Order: sequence, then structure tokens, then C-alpha cells
Amino acid sequence: MAYSEKVIDHYQNPRNIGTLNKESKDVGTGLVGAPECGDVMRLQIEVDDSTGVIKDAKFKTFGCGSAIASSSLATEWLKGKSVNDAMKIDNMEIVEELALPPVKIHCSVLAEDAIKMAINDYRVKQGLEPIEDDKKHY
Amino acid sequence: MNFPIYLDNNSTTPMDPRVLDVMLPFFNDKFGNAASRNHSFGWSAEEAVDYAREQVARLIGSTSKEVIFTSGATEANNLAIKGVYEMYGSRGNHMITVTTEHKAVLDACKKVEKMGGEVTYLSPNEDGLINLSDLEAAITDKTILITVMYGNNEIGVVQDIKSIAAIAKKNGILFHTDATQAVGKIPVDVMEDGIDLMSFTAHKMYGPKGVGALYVRRKNPRVKVTSQMDGGGHERGMRSGTLNVPGIVGFGKACELCQEEMADEAIRLSAMRDRLEKELLTIEEAYVNGNAEHRLPHVANISFKFVEGEGLMMGTKDIAVSSGSACTSASLEPSYVLKSLGLDDELAHSSLRFGLGRFSTDEEVDFAIDHVKQAVEKLREMSPLWEMFKEGIDLKTIEWAEH
Repeated sequence: MAYSEKVIDHYQNPRNIGTLNKESKDVGTGLVGAPECGDVMRLQIEVDDSTGVIKDAKFKTFGCGSAIASSSLATEWLKGKSVNDAMKIDNMEIVEELALPPVKIHCSVLAEDAIKMAINDYRVKQGLEPIEDDKKHY
Repeated sequence: MNFPIYLDNNSTTPMDPRVLDVMLPFFNDKFGNAASRNHSFGWSAEEAVDYAREQVARLIGSTSKEVIFTSGATEANNLAIKGVYEMYGSRGNHMITVTTEHKAVLDACKKVEKMGGEVTYLSPNEDGLINLSDLEAAITDKTILITVMYGNNEIGVVQDIKSIAAIAKKNGILFHTDATQAVGKIPVDVMEDGIDLMSFTAHKMYGPKGVGALYVRRKNPRVKVTSQMDGGGHERGMRSGTLNVPGIVGFGKACELCQEEMADEAIRLSAMRDRLEKELLTIEEAYVNGNAEHRLPHVANISFKFVEGEGLMMGTKDIAVSSGSACTSASLEPSYVLKSLGLDDELAHSSLRFGLGRFSTDEEVDFAIDHVKQAVEKLREMSPLWEMFKEGIDLKTIEWAEH
């Protein structure tokens, strides 16, 4: 199975690899997947308190090229988005953008779940209720 | 160097050009059917097949009559296992095999179970070798076949075939071995080893695809298998179907070359493999899978903890290797062979298999070493697991949000 050019690009030049201070009140962390499944994704966002806009996003991923590309793309999309808009990111948008084949759809699902988990982690730190999402997979 | 560099010789080998040369005439000028007894086209094809049969027999220490040509090792395994079950059903219905066998053996055994037979699947030790005492304990008065592979395709571990064969003989049980990875790589002698049935194939030893053989012993004891393919009664009635003459001729030549060159090749390849392995083990948290002593000379299976195999292969696109991770399959299950050794799924997902071959060079191995080292480093930088490991977090204490 051949990877799409976009997957290869994100794999070779991953955007926003790194770690944000998970103790910070402005940082939300999402950690999804499991080592025994061959995929672990950690996505972090840093939110500007006054505007509610995500000013930084970082990821680290253990997984195949599609998992790495999905999380790299997610961080690109998250930056500059409001938390509310970020919550609306759907895994199928990632599938389309990266042209993921059916066997790799779970990589995009992981990314979506990681985004939502990070946002909710941030919300809880801010004293807000986590947003329940009936679509969540974790 | 030509890229990508081929280091996946356990899945198949390139054909030796000397093999192709001898095959070519049998596609055009000498196109005859080896079963045509009435004219020279048939006679020359038959003569070529007879010669090849001798070349094959010589490599494994058998007589040429004991070589039954098939389409490959999968068919040979099927013929041996189902053929013995059907032929010796009146004596018993029990077979013994190992969980790390190739799917062609395991699935043929599953079929036997469906047909009413019983199969015991032995679990190997952590190093891939089976305990002979486990084998002896599994034998019942209904046991008709023990089937244990010679050298494992994923980890290269070589079982104690002589002892296993001796146990089978002592108990009056037939012994079959899937020697697909071993024949042509290490000395395999059906007489010395005490093998009753043995599967092997041309394309793992620099011959063509689509041709293999089942060795079926004719003396002490005389073994027969029920044919799984009905028709003209070729191959002593055990495998009908017009013989693949060019393939068989190539198979014969491949065997002859292996016989002549195997000893030197094994020395060269094991030195190369050892160097590859030693260098890659300088990477932190890298582990060899399987017994390092009782092993095929050209194989190394290494897990690089905290990086995922498929991601790693994508980062090492200039070399062609194989991974125990199965991210592409629907099941997401990593290699059942590595799991049978008791490896954590995590380590199984992190494995690469290197299979060196006749045409591998030192220069290629040097390149592979650097290439893999760089890729592992790069992927660990983006691995959350590596970061946790470095922070001293025990990954087993984390509650994973599994999918």
C-alpha cells in the first residue's frame, strides 16, 4: 500500500513535534491509543485565556506513518482556532485531507479523540465542565 | 548501490541469473510435456525433470523418487498434513505442531481439526525453541504426525530437528518438517536428520516462484500421502497436474548452486548478520528476538522499543525489510510468532526482520545500519512513549485510552 504525498510530507517534515508544560493551567493534554495496539498519540494545546484561541499545539506519536501524519496535521489545524471551533474537527476531514485508505481511518479517529481529550483537559483545568461528545471513541 | 536495498530474503529471494539461463529453453524450444511418452518433445522434457529431481534429491540427501514436485511449500505442507491425516486415519487422528509454525501448516492443521482430527499446538520457550519434554508429553496413542518447522521464517530459530525426529521414530509417529527457510541455507539431510516428510520451495533459494517439493520417505518407513489434487496421477499418484518443467529445471539448478556454495555463503552471511546485529544493538533499548545461537545464518529480528514497526519501515524506505507490526491488517494484531515467544505486544509492534541473501553486500549492510539508526532516533524524538521512558515513567502503570 502506498502512502499519499501528504502523508509522506507530514511524516518527513512533521509539524509541531514537542511537549508543552502539562501542569500549566492554559495547557490541555490528550493521550489516546495504547502501546499494545501499536498507536499512541499525545496532543497538547495551549490556549490564550482572554480570547479562547489556541495559540500553540504540539504532538508526539508512536505509530505508523498515517498516525504520525494525522496528529501532525491536527496540530496545524488547531493553531489559531478557537477552542469551540477545534471541538468541531471531524476525523473524516483528516481522512480526506491525507487521503487515508480505509485501514488507516482509525488513525484519524485517534487524532479527533486526542483533540477532544486535550480540549476537555483544558476545560476541566479552567473549572469548566468537560464537553460530552456522543461520537467519542475512547 | 541500487535503492531500495533488498533485505527481505526470508519472504523471497531474487533469482540467480544462472538459474534463469537454464530455464529459458524450456519456455520455447523445449516446451514439451514431461508426461508425453510418444515423441522427442516429451522425452527431452522428462529427461530435464529427471535431472532436476536428482539435483534436488542430492541437496537433501534423498533419492530422486522421494521428491514430489508441487507448486510450492504451501502446497507441500497441505499435502503432507492433510495427506497423512487421510492416509493414516485408521491408525489415529491426533497431530502435534507448534504455535510458531507458518500459516500454511497451522491452517492445514485447522482443516484437519474440522475434518474430525485433534491437534496439539505446543508453545515454544521465550527463545523460540520447543521443549522436547513438552513434545513427549503431548504424544498419545492416537498421534500419527508431528510437524515442526526446521528454521522459523520470522526469527530464524532452528529447532533440534534430529531429537524431534528421534522422538517421533521411537513412538512410531511420522515426522514432517516445513524446511522452507532452511533448505539451501544450512545442511539439511533427510537421512541424517530422520525426516519422513519435508516441504521446501525454490523461490527461497534463488530459484523461481511457483515450484516446490515434498520429500516423502520410501524406506524405513515407507510413507504415503493421499493426494489432494486428483487427475492424471503424476508424481507417483500423490500430486496430479502437468509438471512445471521450466520451474522444476530452475529449482534443480538452484539446489545444485546451493549445494556448491552454501558452506561459504553461510559463513559470509552470518558474519554480515552478526555485524548488522551488533551495530544495531548499540541503539538503546534494542533487543534480538529468538535464540541467537540456534539460528539461520542470514536472519536477524530486532525490536526497537518505543518506535512502531510500520512507522519505522516508512522511515527506512531505502531498505526493504519486514515488520512484526501489523498496523495495515484489520486486526491490528502484531506478529503471532513474536507473541508466541511471550513478547509484549508493544515489543512485537516494534520489530524489524532483516533477511540477508546471496547478493547482499557489506556496503549495503553499512548503509542499512546507518539508515535504521537514524530512523529510530528520529521516531523516538516524536514518540510519547520514549519521552515517558526517559522520564522514568513505567508504561505499565498508565491507563491507556484503548480503541
